Amino acid sequence: MDILPILSTLRRHKLTSWLLILEIALTCAIVCNAVFLIGQRLQRMDMPSGVAEHELLQIQVADVTAPSNPYARLAEDLAVLRQVPGVISVASSNQVPFGTSSSNGNLRLDPAQPERTLNAGTYFGENLAHTLGTRLVSGRDLQSDDFIDADTAMKALGTGDSKNLPHVTLITQTLAERLWPGQNPLGRTIYLTPVVGLRVVGVLDSLARANAYDTAKAQYTMVVPLRMGANKDQNYLIRTRPEDRASVMVAALAALKKADPQRVVTTRRSFDEVRRKFFQDDRAMAGMLVGVIAALLIVTALGIVGLASFWVAQRRRTIGVRRALGATRRNILNYFQTENFLLATIGIVLGMALAYGINLFLMLHYELPRLPAVYFPVGAIVLWLVGQAAVLGPALRAAAVPPVVATRSV
Amino acid sequence: MLGYYLDLALRSLKRNKVLTALMVIAIAVGIGASMTTLTVMHLLSGDPLPGKSGTLFYPQVDPDPGPKQKHPYDVMDYRSAFDLWSAHRADRQTMIASSQLRLTSPQVNLPPLMAKALSTTSDFFPMFDVPFRYGNGWTAQDDVSRARVAVISSDLNDKLFNGANSVGRTLRLRDTDMRIIGVLAPWRPSPQFYEVAGGRYSNGDTASFYGRPEDVFMPFESSLEVNSGGMNVFTCWSLPDPAHLKTAPCVWVAVWVQLNDAAGVVRYRHFVADYAAQQKAMGRFAHADDTRMPSLMEWLDYNQVVPSDVRLQTWLAFAFLLICLFNTVGLLLAKFLRRAGEIGVRRALGASRTAVFAQCLVEAGLIGLLGGAGGLLLTLFGLWLVRRQPVEYADLVHLDTAMFLVTFALAIAASLLAGVLPALRASRMPPGLQLKTL
Repeated sequence: MDILPILSTLRRHKLTSWLLILEIALTCAIVCNAVFLIGQRLQRMDMPSGVAEHELLQIQVADVTAPSNPYARLAEDLAVLRQVPGVISVASSNQVPFGTSSSNGNLRLDPAQPERTLNAGTYFGENLAHTLGTRLVSGRDLQSDDFIDADTAMKALGTGDSKNLPHVTLITQTLAERLWPGQNPLGRTIYLTPVVGLRVVGVLDSLARANAYDTAKAQYTMVVPLRMGANKDQNYLIRTRPEDRASVMVAALAALKKADPQRVVTTRRSFDEVRRKFFQDDRAMAGMLVGVIAALLIVTALGIVGLASFWVAQRRRTIGVRRALGATRRNILNYFQTENFLLATIGIVLGMALAYGINLFLMLHYELPRLPAVYFPVGAIVLWLVGQAAVLGPALRAAAVPPVVATRSV
Repeated sequence: MLGYYLDLALRSLKRNKVLTALMVIAIAVGIGASMTTLTVMHLLSGDPLPGKSGTLFYPQVDPDPGPKQKHPYDVMDYRSAFDLWSAHRADRQTMIASSQLRLTSPQVNLPPLMAKALSTTSDFFPMFDVPFRYGNGWTAQDDVSRARVAVISSDLNDKLFNGANSVGRTLRLRDTDMRIIGVLAPWRPSPQFYEVAGGRYSNGDTASFYGRPEDVFMPFESSLEVNSGGMNVFTCWSLPDPAHLKTAPCVWVAVWVQLNDAAGVVRYRHFVADYAAQQKAMGRFAHADDTRMPSLMEWLDYNQVVPSDVRLQTWLAFAFLLICLFNTVGLLLAKFLRRAGEIGVRRALGASRTAVFAQCLVEAGLIGLLGGAGGLLLTLFGLWLVRRQPVEYADLVHLDTAMFLVTFALAIAASLLAGVLPALRASRMPPGLQLKTL
């Protein structure tokens, strides 16, 4: 296909050509970035929680009528739940991964250090790792004699009596690697306050924090052997088989109600719902971006159809002359297809530069990473295809122009 | 003349229906997308108390004895809040803390429910222009005497008493009977500004600032007795004893002050700084050099209350509108240049360049008007979609008169802008050349 005649024609329609090129460039830039944003959101929604997601139920009850001993109350509740048919394991926890409401602590590697090393999610509760289904990669799990009642620990903190403070902890692999890169974390100590030093006894494969907004810090979590009493902030976590979840939830709620009819259930959901709720904004945004991309491509395609139709109508006589001089229908078809390909290519090249610029802007304002190079060829192919699809109709109409047109109205 | 141009424009639009439809659709889609996001943005970034927000301020002190932080905490410890409040140095001042508690009404047969409650002081209602349906707020005397009184929301009144005047009836909050002395009219500030805090920790996910106000309002000190240990705490700098929150190393009370004139603002700034300095001298504070007092709107800005997703969507929508405009420019250019012959005849018959230019712009404006109508429908559809999203501000989203007018203004402005270049080209065409080729 000869490109030079096309270029010389386009030079006579500079303004319209440039408009089309700019439209394609803008579309290309926005589509590249939008696809990238969708990828980011989908990746975020896939964030690992580290727990047996399809087997877990979360229940929160509030305002138990002033239990005289909240620790006995909690133990009793856990015992009641353990009796429910279909329950595999039960734990109480101050938070759940992706649960939004979080408990966090500032960690120091040296008690005298003025600034914290980092902020991590602190899980409190007995039997937690086992119920959540978090795998222990090294060391041991927390044992019941590691646990201290929260009130006792509070008093000990006041008096400085270190005997009644927790001494050990479980941390995630990610946290261990961040604190002591390449070293064995077992036996090392983390300080929550200058007097609360916790020796790492076990390393968990993975456990996400409740407020996992920042993917890089989502796995900064530890489990501290503090036994909490029954109160509105405690979660009962139940592990069961996926198919038993609905029936176990009903039975568990009935059992808790029976233990104390005065209580109000504030949260009751499966872990699938926890995840869905936490990432619902990401899902909505990804959906919206898909809509934007589709609408953009359609609008751009319509623009191409409009301009190409105009050009075909304008050059009707020229096409007739070419046909009369021996050009085949295929030649005419190819001409318009090549013309569109050329315009799209210039647009795509400009669009890439623009996409990069928009990405820089987003990196500045939305803490996004750099646009990976793989999005550029993908964006290019999509726009070439859209361009070719849009120009096909007008080009076929051009090819259908009979040579006899050349003889008319001259 | 305008009538004639309109007639010409209509004829021209009818002549090439497909091209016209393409242009109208492009404008409508662009306007629909940008107006949907702009309306959401407008609702979320607006002033929750127009005319009054300039007199409301949010004092901040730093009670943390640890190393100095970049910013003071978003709320205060009880002691600082109480000292500032009880000094009564502002025209009005109030303390705010929130909690959840179990609510039953002895006279109503409904299962107990967990209600969101706001602990505050008597100035809250006049300060924030809170509308009452029945009864009133409580008095300063009630704050001091820890009266067992409560104000309830319109929603709760509908739920418990079917909207009847419930003043004088009793609510059981946890284990205490409280007398209802006021019922609010529907009140839905956007955002729920008086409780905005911690925005900088939320990574742009700030939709929760647009939730509904609490269902129960009660005097601050009364609520501490009624719901002891149940208050929501912002954060603690060392391990707290939740039973003694008043002395705990925790921040959980917000203070708002109303200062009606500039001199008062300056005086109050000094007062807060002096208070911090005095507390430092007493050894209670470690840092006294970073007291702040943003105004209501500054405080909302600092917390970046508009969710970052909404801002991103607005950028996207305008980029989208821009592409739709490019599209329209191209199509209009095609349309006008195709009519070169007709324009040539008009020019030859004596029409000036301005006349041709005006005629083309009228046609572009007409397309804008049609696109605006389509855009309005798409905007309504877009807002309907937003309302179905599970976000806190969903029920706030509606098209007000201002945004309705903006829709058409934007559509016509966009189409005129798109029409300028093609119209210029059309009016510059030399008439002779075009006539020759006819």
